Parts: sequence; structure tokens; C-alpha cells
Amino acid sequence: MRKVSFEIAPGECVVLAGRNGSGKTTLLRIAAQIVKPTAGKLSFPGAVAQPSENGRPGYVAHTTMVYDELTAEENLVLFGKLQNVEQPAKRAEELLREVGLYERRDSLVRTFSRGMRQRIAIARALIHRPSVLLFDEPATGLDPLGISWLANSLREVNRSGCTVVMSLHGESEISALATRALRLDAGAVVADTKTGASLRAILTFGGA
Amino acid sequence: MSLLPNTATLLGKELRTEFRSRELLTTTGVFILIVLVLFSFAINPGTEEARQFAPGLLWLAILFAASLMFQSCFLREQANDTLSSLRLAVSDPFAIFLAKLGANTLFLLLTELLMLPFFAIFYNISLGAKLPVLVLVLFTGSLGIAIAGTAISAISAQARMRELLLPLLLLPLLTPVLVVSSLVTASLLDRDSIVLWKGIGFLAVFDLIFLTALWLFGEYLLEE
Amino acid sequence: MGKRTVLGAAAILLVIAAAYASFYVAPEERTMGVLQRIFYFHAASAWAGMDAFVICFLCDLLYVWKRKEKYDWLAVSSAEVGLVFTTVVLITGPIWAKPAWGIWWTWDARLTSTFVLWLLYVSYLLLRTLIEEPNRRALLSSLFGIFAFIDVPLVFGAIRWWRTQHPAPVIMGGPNSGLEPTMAKVFYFSVLAMHVLMIFLVIERYIIEKMKHEVDILQREAEA
Repeated sequence: MRKVSFEIAPGECVVLAGRNGSGKTTLLRIAAQIVKPTAGKLSFPGAVAQPSENGRPGYVAHTTMVYDELTAEENLVLFGKLQNVEQPAKRAEELLREVGLYERRDSLVRTFSRGMRQRIAIARALIHRPSVLLFDEPATGLDPLGISWLANSLREVNRSGCTVVMSLHGESEISALATRALRLDAGAVVADTKTGASLRAILTFGGA
Repeated sequence: MSLLPNTATLLGKELRTEFRSRELLTTTGVFILIVLVLFSFAINPGTEEARQFAPGLLWLAILFAASLMFQSCFLREQANDTLSSLRLAVSDPFAIFLAKLGANTLFLLLTELLMLPFFAIFYNISLGAKLPVLVLVLFTGSLGIAIAGTAISAISAQARMRELLLPLLLLPLLTPVLVVSSLVTASLLDRDSIVLWKGIGFLAVFDLIFLTALWLFGEYLLEE
Repeated sequence: MGKRTVLGAAAILLVIAAAYASFYVAPEERTMGVLQRIFYFHAASAWAGMDAFVICFLCDLLYVWKRKEKYDWLAVSSAEVGLVFTTVVLITGPIWAKPAWGIWWTWDARLTSTFVLWLLYVSYLLLRTLIEEPNRRALLSSLFGIFAFIDVPLVFGAIRWWRTQHPAPVIMGGPNSGLEPTMAKVFYFSVLAMHVLMIFLVIERYIIEKMKHEVDILQREAEA
């Protein structure tokens, strides 16, 4: 990454666009505090409608980041307990219903399809009611139905006060949710809707 | 301070995963058995000399088994990048290590206890009254093996040739455990069963030193 | 004349002088004769090698703390040089033992511990070859280096205790065998010479590592 500096207001739905290797994933991982930046500061200031249980953002990426050998419910309860969620079992059930996996709650995650895997990943990310959700390339590998469902879910999440930051590759039902977009190129921000660039241009890598 | 609750939760996860499939326990148990049998072909079993070699051979078998058993320790967290989600969820990363080394110690000890009857039969050693102290020695030794093994497993999981690398890094590090455990076990199983408390104390010191090192440096082992 | 050249010249001169002193200044030892003179080389190399490993340990700690690559360069340099001196110890030991005891290897406590020390740092270097990314390599090898170094006193302690339980021939007399005044002077002079040589070699190796890094950067810029 090169020098990157920007601010996101609470409640925004931000899209990061850019070619492969432009730094979108790295930026998200830094924001998720999984990777430490070599220099610079990251802060999540301010109160939001629902403060998260442990202050960390929710993070969804290409893998589920849950255990294949455990059931959907066991996984959610595990991550709930670790993050000191109140009544983790109840919260897990709530989330499973929300993402439509309640019927498969006793199935091992190993048996899940691609769409289901993404849903359990989202449930995991949201278990501690984070105020920020970071999503790396949400639309990958989803069919149009899956994309519709995801767009709806993200809309709900954003509406409930959670700031959403996601990296995308082009226009879709999901990108339409954006209230702001930034384009990255070679590890630096080259365009921002805040400074006048158009959403379409950013998403289709055209112009500045 | 959620270190202990987190450790307990994660330990529960490790145990649940293992007892569901039992693959680690069974394969390691059978491995120790095979090694003990093969050792017998290499020495002249049934003789008095063989009985003198037996304690050392037992600990060698345990060390080799541990080198295999700990391979999956951190590798299994790479499959779905669960290491990242754990690091996100847990406030003190030491909980991850404590849970894993607790599970590893337990699994190692369990396989050792399952193998003890075979060991006693093969080498005609009566355990009886010596059993409690023997279990203590097995525990302090296995704890040291597990602490070092968990740390090294975190390192080798991030390098190439990890299957060979893990024993390469682990075994020289565990020389003190092998030497002292064998001595103490031999002395214990001898005719005039003497308990070398100094040796057991040494093993405890080894465990404490490596546990402290893991506590101080563990989070860097998990860095990306 | 550059400082490096002066240091290099001093190192060579001191080593030659120490060799001369070992053969012509030190009095002949009663029981072992000429053969004993190798002791000056052997023991001095051991001290210099161990101090190189101490430097490595300090650099490992500094790297983990500060993350400056120069600490990693110094760590690998001192580890390699330490390994060279340790190899000298392991070779001169048997050279002494064969005529004195009739066998190449007597499992003497210090020599055996030195062998484990050698294995630990060989593993350290092997680990480095198995990680490509420079920052990851530096971090993981530093962490292993730290574990290896804290293991060293435990190794020496365990093996020494082991040998008290099973006594064996000791290389070049035990730690209690006193040194006559002239011999002591020659010994400390040899230690000084070996240390100067060690420092010179570490610096030279460090400079090579630094240049390697600069070449890498130039290469990458050329390709970009």
C-alpha cells in the first residue's frame, strides 16, 4: 500500500473498487486489524446506534472463517462466546433465522453450498453486533438469486446503523447500495465520490 | 479479563472437534504401538538389557508421535482462515495457545496412558505402585513437549516443507525433556524404584520457562 | 587503511600469535603432552561461538521489538559464524579424544551439549531457507532463535545431570582441572584472539548480507 488516508462517516455504505492487486483486500484486512500497517493510524471513533460488543469490526472474506467440522450453530455459539456476546445460544439462533440457515443449524459446515457458506460467514461476522462491517468481494461466486439476497441483507444491515465497507468489481445490485465509493490503484486512492467522481466511473474504472 | 473463559471455550472446541472424529488419537496411538514393536526388532527383546532400554524407547516413541500429532495443530486453522477470525474474536491471543497446548497435552497423555499396558506387557514391567508417579512424570514431560510443539507448529505452518520442518525444529529443542524423562522413568521402573524428584522438578522448570516464552512472544507467532 | 582491514589484520595476527603461544609459550602438560595444546583452540572457540549465539539472541529480541532489517542481518551473520566456531569445537574434541581415550566420541557432557547446540542453530538456518518472504522469514526465525537460545542452558543442564547418573570419560579434564598461571594466560589470550576473529567475521558477513539486500532492491527496480 502507499499513502492512503480517508474518513468514513457512521452509517455510510462505502464501496472500494479497483483492479486486482490494487490494495482493496489489504486495506480491508488492515481495517479488520488482522494485518498491522507499517505506519499510520486506524481508528473507529464515535458512538453508533448499536455499539458492538467488543469494538471490533465484522469481517467477511473469501473463506467462511468458521470450522468445517462443527455445525452452523456450534460455530456461531463459539464465536459469540469468545466475543462475550450475551446469551450466545439465543443470538446464534436469531442470526441463523435471519440468514435462513436455521433448518441446517445442526449440519456440519463442511456440507454447505457456496451460497450457504457465505451466509454462515455473514452470521459469524455479525454475531457481536459490530458497528462496522467489512466485506471483501461479496458477489464472488454467487448466482443472481444469491446476489439479490445479499443486496437485501446488506441494505438491512446498513439500515440498522451498521457502517458497511465493501470491495467490489463492477456494477451490480450490490453496488447500487453505495452512498460513497473510492477507487484504489496500486495501493493509493485515485478517485472518491466525495470529491466529485461518479459512482459509475469508479466502478467501471473509467476516467477520474 | 477474558483470557480464562476464552481459553475454556477454545479448549472445548479443540476437544469437541477431536472427539468427534478421534482421528488424531487413534492414529497417534497406533503409531506409538508400531514404534514400540519396531524398536523391539532392533534390540533383543525379552532380555534384561531390553528392559533397561525400555524407558528411553518409550520417550523416543512419544517424541516421534508428538512430531506427527502436532502437524495439524495450526494447519487446520489455515483451511478456512479460522486463525484470522479467532484473532479477531479473542482479546488476548494467548488464549489460542493455551487452549491448543492444553488440548495437545491431553491428547498426548491420553495416547500414552492407552499405550502403557502394551508397554508393560512387551517389556515385562510391573507398574502397580509406581503408576501414580509414572503418570506425574508422563504429565510433566508431555506438557513440555506440548508447549514447545504448539509454538513450533505455529512456526512451521508458515514455512515450506512443514512436515519435515516440524520435527527438525522441535526435536533438538526437546533434548532436555527426552534426557531427563528417560532417566526419571528408568529410575522409577528399576528394581529399587527410586523417584528422582530433582528430575521431575527440572521438567517442571522446563515447562515454566517455555510457557513464559510462549506467553511473551505468542502473539508475534500469529502475525500476518 | 579502512577499519575493516585493520580489524581483519588484527584478527589474523592475534590468531597466529595465539597459535604460537599454544605451542611454544605454554608449558607442556604432564599427562597428555603435546595433544593437550589443542585445548586452547578448542575451549576458546567454544567461548567465541557461544558469544556469537548471544549476539544472535540479542538481535532476535531487537528485531521482534523494532522490526529493523539490520537486526535480522546481524542475527543470521552471528548465527553462521557461531556455527563455524561450534563446528571447530566438535572437530577438535574427537581429535583429542581418539589418542587420549581410544575412541572418537565419549559422550562427554559438554561436547554432547555442544552438538545439540550445533543442531539447534543448523535448524535455525534451515528454517530461514524455507521461508521466502523476507519480513516473515526475519520474524519467524527470530522467534525460533529466541526459543533455541533459552533452551541452551536447559540442554547443558540436562545433559550434565545425565552424565552424573551415567559417568563417562571427560574431554580435556573436567571444569575443576586447574590451569597453571602461564597456561591460564595463554588460554585467555586465545579467547581474546578467537573473539576478535569472531567479531571480524560477523561484521564481514553482515556487510555481505547488507549488499545482498541492496542488490535485491536494484533487481526489483530494474524489473519494475
